[in-house]
Amino acid sequence: MAAVTLLEARGLTRHFGGLKAVDGVDLDLARGEIHALIGPNGAGKTTFVSLLSGRTPAQSGTVRFEGRDITRLPAHARVRQGIAYTFQITQVFANLTTFDNVALAVQGRGVSKRLVRETSAALERVGLADCADEVAGTLSYGHQRLLEIAMGLALNPRLLILDEPTQGLAIGEIENFKRLIEGLVPERTVLLIEHNMDVVMDLAHRITVLNFGQVLSTGTPEEIRANAAVQAAYLGGQA
Amino acid sequence: MRDRALLSHLGLVAVLMAAHWMLPAYHHDAVAKVLVLSVYAMGYNIAFGYTGMLSLGHALFFAAGLYGAAMPLTLWGWTGGPALAAGLVAATVLAAAVGLLALRTRGVSFMIVTLMFAQAGYLTILYLGRWTRGDEGIVIAQPLRRIMGLDLSDGATRYLAALLLFVLGLLACLHLVRSPFGRVMVAMRENEERARMLGYNPFTVKLAALTLSGLYSGAAGAAYALMFGYAGASLAGVQYSILPMLWVLLGGAGTVAGPFLGCLLMFYLIDYASVITSATLLVVGVALVALVLFAPKGALGALRDRLGKEGRAWLP
Amino acid sequence: MGFGPLLLLAILEGAVTAAVLALTAVGLSLTFGIMRVVNVAHGEFFMLGAVLAWFVSQWFPDAPLLAFLLAMVVCPLVVAGVAVLADVLILKRLHYEPEATIVATIGLLYIFQQAALSFFGPNARPVAPPFNFRVQLPWFGYSGYKLFVILAAGVLLLLVWLLITRTKIGLVMRATQIDRTTAKAFGINVDRVYAMTFGIGAGLAAIAAVLVVPIQQAHYLMGGDPLLLSFIVVILGGLGSLRGTLIAALLIGLLDGLLSTAFFFPPTFAKIVATLLVALVLVFRPEGLFGRRTA
Repeated sequence: MAAVTLLEARGLTRHFGGLKAVDGVDLDLARGEIHALIGPNGAGKTTFVSLLSGRTPAQSGTVRFEGRDITRLPAHARVRQGIAYTFQITQVFANLTTFDNVALAVQGRGVSKRLVRETSAALERVGLADCADEVAGTLSYGHQRLLEIAMGLALNPRLLILDEPTQGLAIGEIENFKRLIEGLVPERTVLLIEHNMDVVMDLAHRITVLNFGQVLSTGTPEEIRANAAVQAAYLGGQA
Repeated sequence: MRDRALLSHLGLVAVLMAAHWMLPAYHHDAVAKVLVLSVYAMGYNIAFGYTGMLSLGHALFFAAGLYGAAMPLTLWGWTGGPALAAGLVAATVLAAAVGLLALRTRGVSFMIVTLMFAQAGYLTILYLGRWTRGDEGIVIAQPLRRIMGLDLSDGATRYLAALLLFVLGLLACLHLVRSPFGRVMVAMRENEERARMLGYNPFTVKLAALTLSGLYSGAAGAAYALMFGYAGASLAGVQYSILPMLWVLLGGAGTVAGPFLGCLLMFYLIDYASVITSATLLVVGVALVALVLFAPKGALGALRDRLGKEGRAWLP
Repeated sequence: MGFGPLLLLAILEGAVTAAVLALTAVGLSLTFGIMRVVNVAHGEFFMLGAVLAWFVSQWFPDAPLLAFLLAMVVCPLVVAGVAVLADVLILKRLHYEPEATIVATIGLLYIFQQAALSFFGPNARPVAPPFNFRVQLPWFGYSGYKLFVILAAGVLLLLVWLLITRTKIGLVMRATQIDRTTAKAFGINVDRVYAMTFGIGAGLAAIAAVLVVPIQQAHYLMGGDPLLLSFIVVILGGLGSLRGTLIAALLIGLLDGLLSTAFFFPPTFAKIVATLLVALVLVFRPEGLFGRRTA
């Protein structure tokens, strides 16, 4: 890989009691790539990205971001460093307006004079400008997913972690989503947990497969498709 | 003027100003007391209504303002202005200190920890009875209750001073909750984990809100001492932690004018009920149960919901 | 009195406190553990038990033993009935949402206090102990009734333990505690389990009060201390853990006996220190002194 590494995880480990949810995982994210994380249910994908975003502390291993060791940094500080995380189960502020939801992300970057303009622009980008004054909890599910992504983008992150972003979206909405994500690189880097294989194969530059908390394989979509071990553990299991 | 929220709250201020000339003496004094206690309730609302911290220990901050002003006045011969400032500082510092410890917990534990700190404060007031005069309380003589040449024991002066304090508190609160920081406070109430993943440190945000809440409570306590000339342990007891919660719930948690409305309604509810029955505890108890069962959003909260977008514009 | 006998006296006094406290706190622990309800009115159930015991004692002024035995049955049942009503009429309708139930039980606290104030009056009233004999030890005489309280509380706690661990009702309660939804799926009537748990919890507080009222007079504001102490015990023991609650009650009771009897600690100062200490334990060890899992 010619590109510079943005994030580097080494030997990340998190056990819950006897369950080895994440067990010594290494991962490199290249600047400007779309990297997909796949694996069967319970493979440790969500736990792993929780370790990257700092929502769960790692028991051992290190995370370096932009060359700095952020292993001990709490989650909110990692967000400020440029790691944004969007939730698997939509967690917008249901009682606040759509505008306020996104404004919370924008103002956190220290924007104050141009707050209204930047917030409106962020809503525009995902096509929610018309809903700015609606209470977020009353939006349709698809719109709430878009709002979640708008909040992630409004943080202006260098790394955007998306946890199953297309879950529950209609087919037309998935196409729009793919275009949105493709437009983010190479300025930003995207780490994507995704179950929809079409989305993964279309979007991802590289794919990492997790199984039983360990890395089974990493490679381009073609390499992953051809990998026998992956097929046995995952793709084969679905067929 | 397009700022509808400012308009509605200035309207309230105008009504209260007009009331100064129109109310008969009994109600004039009553409303003055309600205005001061509303500032306490506004402080509670900042912590509970906007930031979602269910505290049962705010009497500690109110009492810190109360005794912080009363003791320098009576024991050390301070004048009104510095005594008022001492009450403010005492309450604010105490709120920050309690926050530093209690905010390591959340939910039920936070409620119990704040309750215990306040209980320890209450017992300390009793234990230091030599200076605080315990249950009997400190009565502040009329000549001491002056600030910048104004005699706060005089009914008319007291009403205007109470109104001034109230207006300052009200407008500051209105500004706060519509500021970016106010938005972050609400985010903590709604979903702390989500707010954290937008880069906000829940601990610092809540600590700032609780400290500010303590400042309001202390201002009310210190003003109470100066205006009504009394500081007693009963004002530091657990009931005085529960009352602001009741006022806030009645008027509408998370509304700027709700604490005042709730305090006013509750005062007159107990006042009128006392004509028929002496069972004031029953009135408080039934009001609390009825509120959570039938009107969990309180008067202004329900009104705001009913009015939709307009409601949010008029009643932040 | 020499230090040895004084220590024995302190331990006996502490054991009485611990026994009553354990009963009250186990009631609070049950409602918290199984229903996740923070019952701020728990101390008032204790108070109601004591006040009712006084009323029962007035029916039989000449037969304190009969009155006591009757009170041991009637008071917990009546208080449990009140609690079941409160659960069905109020808590259930709030869907046991934590903040709403806290506010509602604060409201109940005031309602019960007012009821006691109106019907019982503002004065503290004594209840005659069911029997008066002193156990003569070599160094001092000790109230036989206090020894009986320790014994009775021990037996009652054993019964609760058996109920929870050995009976079908206990099994159903534990299943509901672990997973409400699954319990429902297995055909358990969760509403009934909750009402029963709330009733049993309140009944335990009431029975503790019946035991204590011949030692300590009945008063409409007597619920504050048991509430705070029970909270302390339940938290120190690890929220929802019965075993932890028992150990913590013993610890707090004995400490109380030692401090107030053997070392003549000024009670207010001791209370301040104890309150602050427990608050700090909660802050720095939120899982309690004995709990391992976070509740």
